[in-house]
Amino acid sequence: MAVPLWLRAAAVIATLVAMLPLFYLIIRLAQFPLPDFLDTVFSARSARLALTSLTLTGTVTALCLILGVGLAFLVTRTQLPGRLILGVAAALPLAIPSYVAAFGWQSMNALINPGTSFEGFFAAAIVITSVTYPYIYLPVVAALVSVDPAQEEAARALGRGPVDTFFSVTVRQTAPAITAGTLLCAIYVIADFGAVSILRVDTFTRAVFTSFSMGFDRLGGVALSSVLLVFTLCLLILEGRVRRTGTRYSTMSGEGRARPARFSMGRFTLPILALAWAPVLIALAVPLSALLVWSLRGVSRPGSLGEIGSALLNSLWAAGLAALATTAIAIPLALWLARRPSRLARLLERTAYLAHSLPGVVIGLSVVMLGIAVLPALYQTMWMLTLAYCALMLPLALGPVLASALSAPPELEEAAQSLGSSPGAGYLRVTLPLMLPGILSGALLVLLTTIKELPATLMLRPTGFDTLATRLWTYTGGESYAAAAPFAAMLVLVAAVPAWMMISRLLKEVR
Amino acid sequence: MRRTSLAVTLGAIVALTATSCGDTTEPASEGDETSAEQESLVLYSGRNEELIQPLIDTFSEETGIEVEVRYGDTAELAAQLLEEGDGSPADVFLAQDAGALGAVAEEGLFDELDAELLDQVPEAYRDAEDQWVGLSGRVRTLIYNTDTVDEADLPASVDELTGSEYTGRVGVAPTNASFQSFVTAHREIEGEEATQTFLDDLAANDPQIREGNGEIVTDVADGVIDMGLVNHYYLYGRAKELGEDPAELNVANHLFSDGDVGSLVNVAGVGVLNSENPAAASLTEFMLSNEGQTYFAEETAEYPMIEGVEGPEGMPSLEELDAPDIDLNQLDDLETSVEMIVESGLVG
Repeated sequence: MAVPLWLRAAAVIATLVAMLPLFYLIIRLAQFPLPDFLDTVFSARSARLALTSLTLTGTVTALCLILGVGLAFLVTRTQLPGRLILGVAAALPLAIPSYVAAFGWQSMNALINPGTSFEGFFAAAIVITSVTYPYIYLPVVAALVSVDPAQEEAARALGRGPVDTFFSVTVRQTAPAITAGTLLCAIYVIADFGAVSILRVDTFTRAVFTSFSMGFDRLGGVALSSVLLVFTLCLLILEGRVRRTGTRYSTMSGEGRARPARFSMGRFTLPILALAWAPVLIALAVPLSALLVWSLRGVSRPGSLGEIGSALLNSLWAAGLAALATTAIAIPLALWLARRPSRLARLLERTAYLAHSLPGVVIGLSVVMLGIAVLPALYQTMWMLTLAYCALMLPLALGPVLASALSAPPELEEAAQSLGSSPGAGYLRVTLPLMLPGILSGALLVLLTTIKELPATLMLRPTGFDTLATRLWTYTGGESYAAAAPFAAMLVLVAAVPAWMMISRLLKEVR
Repeated sequence: MRRTSLAVTLGAIVALTATSCGDTTEPASEGDETSAEQESLVLYSGRNEELIQPLIDTFSEETGIEVEVRYGDTAELAAQLLEEGDGSPADVFLAQDAGALGAVAEEGLFDELDAELLDQVPEAYRDAEDQWVGLSGRVRTLIYNTDTVDEADLPASVDELTGSEYTGRVGVAPTNASFQSFVTAHREIEGEEATQTFLDDLAANDPQIREGNGEIVTDVADGVIDMGLVNHYYLYGRAKELGEDPAELNVANHLFSDGDVGSLVNVAGVGVLNSENPAAASLTEFMLSNEGQTYFAEETAEYPMIEGVEGPEGMPSLEELDAPDIDLNQLDDLETSVEMIVESGLVG
C-alpha cells in the first residue's frame, strides 16, 4: 500500500527539525579555519578524550544491558515473589537527573567516608548506569509482554532448557527492543554532561562544555561536538546491522494469547531477589537520602511554596508541550518507516538520532541562530523552546511509536481501503488507534526527559520562565543546597509519575 | 500560561504607571505614555539569581524601571550573545568574569560607557576602551583547612605550591575563568617561560582538579584536600549557607604576600549592549552607586570599586592587600593562557 505524499512530507519536516543542530554545526564549522579545526580535533588531547568517552560509553552500556535485560526478564518471565513491585521500582531511577544522582552519591560518600573523594571513571560508570539502565529495561519489558510465547513453548517442547530457550528464542524475539534501547542508552552516555562534570571524568562532551568557559571559545566547542556526531554515526551503523527495520513480530490471531511460561527460581529465589533489588534500591536510595541530608543541613530556604508551585507548573507546561509536539512529528515518520522502509525513510530516521548525541548547549545555540536569523518574533518564546525539545527528544518518541506501528497489522489498513476508505483515513481510523499505547509511551518518555533537561532550557526559555530544573540550578549554583533540595525532590517526584505510568501499563500484562 | 504572562504584564504596566508618575530620570521622546513603556530593560546575568535579584528589586522599586533578568552561566551567556549578535534582545550583560566581557567586547557588541561614570572606578578595573566596567572585586586566595594545616606552613608565593611538601594537597580549578585570569597575570608579571614551568610543575605535583571554586572549598572543609586556589568570597558564601560566623569555620583564606601574583584581584563587571535604552545607563549607574556597591560588599563579601564604601568584613582593604600591580586590560590574551593550561595537562 502506498504511503500518502502528505505523510511523507510530514515525516521529512519532522526530520528537518531534528537536523537543525546539524545545519548549525555545518554553518559554524565552515567559518572555522581548517588548520585550527584540524588542530582542535586531531590532537593528543582529543584522542585521550575520545578513548575515555568510548570506554565509558561501552562500560555503562554493557552494565545497563545486563541490568535492563536481566530485570525485565525477572519481572516478566519468572515467579519471583513481589515481581510487580520490583517491576515498578526498577523503572523509577529514570526520573532522577544524572546531575542530581552524581551530587547525591558524592554527598553520601562525604558523609559515610569522610576525607575520601568519590570521583573518576568507575564512580561515573556506576552513577550513570544507575539512572540510565531503564532506557533498556522499559522497551525490553514492553517487548517481552507483547511477543508471542508460542515460539518459546515450541522450543521448550522440542527439548530446549529454559536458559537455552531464553537466549535462542526470547532474546531473538526481543532483539529490536534491546538494540533500540541500547542505542538510546549509548547515545545518552555520549551526550551526558551533568554526571561526568561532577564526577570529573574527562569525556568529549565535558570538553565541549569546557571550551565555552576556557577562553570563551565557542567555535572550538562546536568543532569538538562534530566528533560526537562521528561517534554516534558509528553507533548507528553498528545498530543498523543488528536491527532489521520493518520486521514484524505481530500475529493476526485474534485468540487470547497464551501466557508465557514463568520459571520458578526454586532455591535460588532468595539470592536472585537480593541481586535484583540491590541495584534498584541503591539507585533510588542514595540520591534521595542525599536530598534529605541537604535539607536538614543548610539554613537557606526556598522562597515559598508558591515558588515551587509555579516552577512545577512551568515544568509541566514546557514538558507537556514538548511531549505533544515531539510525538506528533514522530508519528508520520514512524508510519512511513513501518510501511515502506525505503532507503530515504531509514536515512531520515538515523539523522533523528544524531541530534540527540549533541550537548544541550549546541542544540541551544543552533536554535538561537535560527531564532535570531529567521524567526525573531518567536525568539525566547515557548515556541522556540518547544522546537529545541523536539530536536533533542525525537528519537525518544520515535522508538515506542515505531514499535507500535510495526505491530499494527497493515492488513487492517488494506481492509479499510478495500472497503472504500482513502489511505489517509485508513491510517487515521484504523492504525492510529492501534498505535495508541506506543504513542502514549513515547509521549511519557519525552515528558519525563524534558522535565530533567537543563542546558537548552536555560538558553531558550522565555526570560524569567523558571522550571524545577532551572530553580535547582540556581540554588546549587549559589551553594544553597538546602534551598535546592525541595526542587530536586519535586523534580524526581514529578518525573516519576510518567515513569510509573509507563511501567504500570506494561505490567498489566504480567500479573 | 499565556494568561499568566498577560496578567503579569498587565500588573507590571499598572505598577509602572503608578510608580513612574513624576519620575523624570530620562527625557521622554514623545509624551508620558511612551516613557512608561520604555522604562524597562533586559539584563543577561551570569551571576547567580540569589546574589543579584535582591539588588535588581531595589533598583526597580527606586526607579520604576522593570528589569527582565535572564539568568545563565557566564560563559554560556557570552556564547549566546555572540550567536545573537546585533539581534540580541539584551540591553545589559552582567558577567561573573572580565574575560567574558572581553570576549563580547571583542566582537564589537558593547556600546561605549559614560566616561563620567567610569571615572569613579580605578583604571585597572575597567576596559581601556570604555566597553565594560568592573562592579566588584575578588582576590585570589589559598583556602586551607585549619584543622589539618598550620598557617605558618603556607607559602608566601603561589609558585612554591609546586614544591614536594604540597604534593597531592592543592585543589585547582583550571577550567574556571578566574584561574585563567590568574595564569594570564602570571605571564604578564613573570613571563611566558616561567608561567609554563609553573603550570607544568603544578600539573606534575598531583594537583586535585575540581570543576569550580565552590567544590574546592567544600572538599577543603570536608578534609578531602588540605588547601586550594580559589576566590576569597567562597568562604563567606559557605558561612552563610551554614549559618555560621566566617571566623568560626574550619577553613580560612591565606593571602600571598609582597604583591605575589597569587593574590591577583579580579572583577565581575557589566557592559551595555543597547545604549539607546536609557534604562541601561540607569542600571549601571545604580550598581556603581553607594547603595549598589555597599550591597556587593555586605551581601557577597566582595570589594567595592568606588571610593568611600567599606570593603568586606574580615578582609584587608584593597590598599592593604599588597595585590600585584597589574592592569586587567593586560589580561585580554586569554587564548594563549588557555593553550598553556591545556599544554601543561591540568585540563584532561
